[in-house]
Amino acid sequence: MFKTLLARARQGYRTAPYPVPDPGLPALFRGRPVLDPAKCVDGCAACVEVCPTDALRVSEAGPELDLGRCIFCGDCVAACAAGAITLSRDWRVAASKREGLVATGDRPLQIDALGRELRRLLGRSLRLRQVSAGGCNGCEVEVNALGNVVFDASRFGIDFVASPRHADGVLVTGPVTANMKEALLITYEAIAEPRLVIAAGVCAISGGLFRDHQEVSNGVEGLLPVDLYVPGCPPHPLTILDGLLRLLGRF
Amino acid sequence: MTHFARTRNAVPVRADAVPCVEIEIFRREVLQAIAAGGRLLLLTGLSQKNGETRLLAAIAGDARGEIALASTIVGGAYPTLTMDCPAAHHFEREIHEQWGVDPQGHPWLKPVRFPSAGPTIGKADFFTVAGAEIHEVAVGPVHAGVIEPGHFRFNCHGEQVIHLEISLGYQHRGIERALQGGPHRGTAHLAETIVGDTTVGHTTAYCQILEGLAGAACSPRARGWRALALELERIANHIGDLGALAGDVGFLPAAAYCGRLRGDALNMTALFCGSRLGRGWVRPGGIALDPSAETRRELKRRLQDAERDMRNAVDLMWKSSSVRGRFEHIGILTRQAAADLGVVGPVARASGIDRDARRDFPASLYSERLPAIAVGDAGDVFARAQQRWREIENSIAFIGQVLDEPDGGAARSAPDGLAPNAVIASIVEGWRGEILHLALTDPAGRFARYKIVDPSFRNWFALATAMRGQAIMDFPLCNKSFNLSYCGHDL
Repeated sequence: MFKTLLARARQGYRTAPYPVPDPGLPALFRGRPVLDPAKCVDGCAACVEVCPTDALRVSEAGPELDLGRCIFCGDCVAACAAGAITLSRDWRVAASKREGLVATGDRPLQIDALGRELRRLLGRSLRLRQVSAGGCNGCEVEVNALGNVVFDASRFGIDFVASPRHADGVLVTGPVTANMKEALLITYEAIAEPRLVIAAGVCAISGGLFRDHQEVSNGVEGLLPVDLYVPGCPPHPLTILDGLLRLLGRF
Repeated sequence: MTHFARTRNAVPVRADAVPCVEIEIFRREVLQAIAAGGRLLLLTGLSQKNGETRLLAAIAGDARGEIALASTIVGGAYPTLTMDCPAAHHFEREIHEQWGVDPQGHPWLKPVRFPSAGPTIGKADFFTVAGAEIHEVAVGPVHAGVIEPGHFRFNCHGEQVIHLEISLGYQHRGIERALQGGPHRGTAHLAETIVGDTTVGHTTAYCQILEGLAGAACSPRARGWRALALELERIANHIGDLGALAGDVGFLPAAAYCGRLRGDALNMTALFCGSRLGRGWVRPGGIALDPSAETRRELKRRLQDAERDMRNAVDLMWKSSSVRGRFEHIGILTRQAAADLGVVGPVARASGIDRDARRDFPASLYSERLPAIAVGDAGDVFARAQQRWREIENSIAFIGQVLDEPDGGAARSAPDGLAPNAVIASIVEGWRGEILHLALTDPAGRFARYKIVDPSFRNWFALATAMRGQAIMDFPLCNKSFNLSYCGHDL
């Protein structure tokens, strides 16, 4: 017992304060893209050519980057000699509308908070059932990290539960493989209404790197009505946390 | 032993130098090689023409760092190897599923991944035990926690598990097929998503294939930083698993500390590459970025802090009799079973098998310097937990040495001009064990076939074996002590 208390003292208090203006992400963190159309060279499509997931488009208004397709690899940043694309340290890249994920210029992403009635029903708690529907387990690593003492999502009343019957919604990861489609839909049906759907990670949003493979459904689009899109490959735990908190109308 | 082409890790051989022999000779020589101490590295289909399938076997000579390749052509069926070589059982199930070839006499010919063309997932012909007091417990594909999907079917007598059947395939997303025709602009990224928590391991295996085919070598600087990232990946996952094991027996202090420390290790990776999982770090010909001397110092400082806290958290576990009481004598995988099934990684080493690809198939930095390699004995949950800790200690010491060494050369020089009509095998000791990638190139130097064997592919059946006779309540603990990958198996 004494040793346990001593270890407790040595390990210290580790929960990171949130929200804060700068959560101390590393200098190389690849977050919200900042696009500068003024620097774009006419007729150049170097960024489009290197993009592994066809997330980029160059129109007359300049480059557009669909965060619902982007894996934040930064290959376009390296390919753009003019420096028109940078990935900032801004971790807040979730949005509540699919079209709201298309980044242009230097614009923060919009999340519409849930309606008053739904927020009243939820109170101070949000219980989610997570379903891995394919994918590489990268998103699960970061969703699990929300439960550790550093990110500690439960201090905001956000918890992951075992039974869909106990859940207010489902958080889906993975491109929805043919082999997981039925299990995902059954889980969703088992949640009492009103129920939320959160698509976490680029696979769940659009299929990610597995898009158009015959084995997958290109994410939950067309299968479930999505309330929150959390881009990333995988999303940082703070990106997920920020999205959930803003969806709940907090901060 | 005359009909083998012999090569080494990440060294290509001409495809036409791999002998193609009659099935009788193929069987005899493969089984002889295994009886003589060889290990079945791979058994797979390579190509199909006019109803005939070319099968390839790779045998590892662990003591010599040698990979022996032989092939044969079969029609619709051939006599199974599994009855003489249990390690072949999953490979033959896969051959049956992928190529429609029947390994006649195979005792357990069930689907591996349930691809679109085959039977519906979940509708498998499960093994059943008959008897008045026998009951079945079905778990998954959706599990209680934030875990990947899989189905577990227990046949129990009271609390005791008589047999556990593990049915996977829910994560099957067609990676191997997508790699064919490559490499292209998305191939390195795809390699990073074979297993997310093993991003560095699998991407290193992929890059070794390209570098081997191009005859290119990485600079000392790139070699050092790749090994460093691989060992950090090992540390992050091992400490996370120790925390999860503590959580499974209700020892929450260590669970909380190790959970935080796992994050600290992931953040060290993010420090030099921007991604906690090492996305974008390992690239063909080297590493993506050139870390500064300041990064090196910061990493060293953080590693020292983490080591102190990890030791503190883990000591707490070892000194708690309630933890030891729940870990000891649970889920025993005997040395014999581990050897027969061809088990790899910390699971094999905890059962007393001295096998580690970093030493046995050295590549890159590991051909110049090696971390100490720990080998256990008892094969129970406690042995697997202790194995993780000893590997963490060894990896931390190794990283410390690498950080102290001067390095030189460019971060990256991209290889080009891949050898056409070649076969190459690449082996990396990831944190779960031996990762194998094998590529066959076409006349244009593109991938005609790309085969991935994650350590989980070899180890899942060992978990089922270790559960026999155990109390069903110990399944989560046993499962965690193996911590195998679903996506790496399902591909």
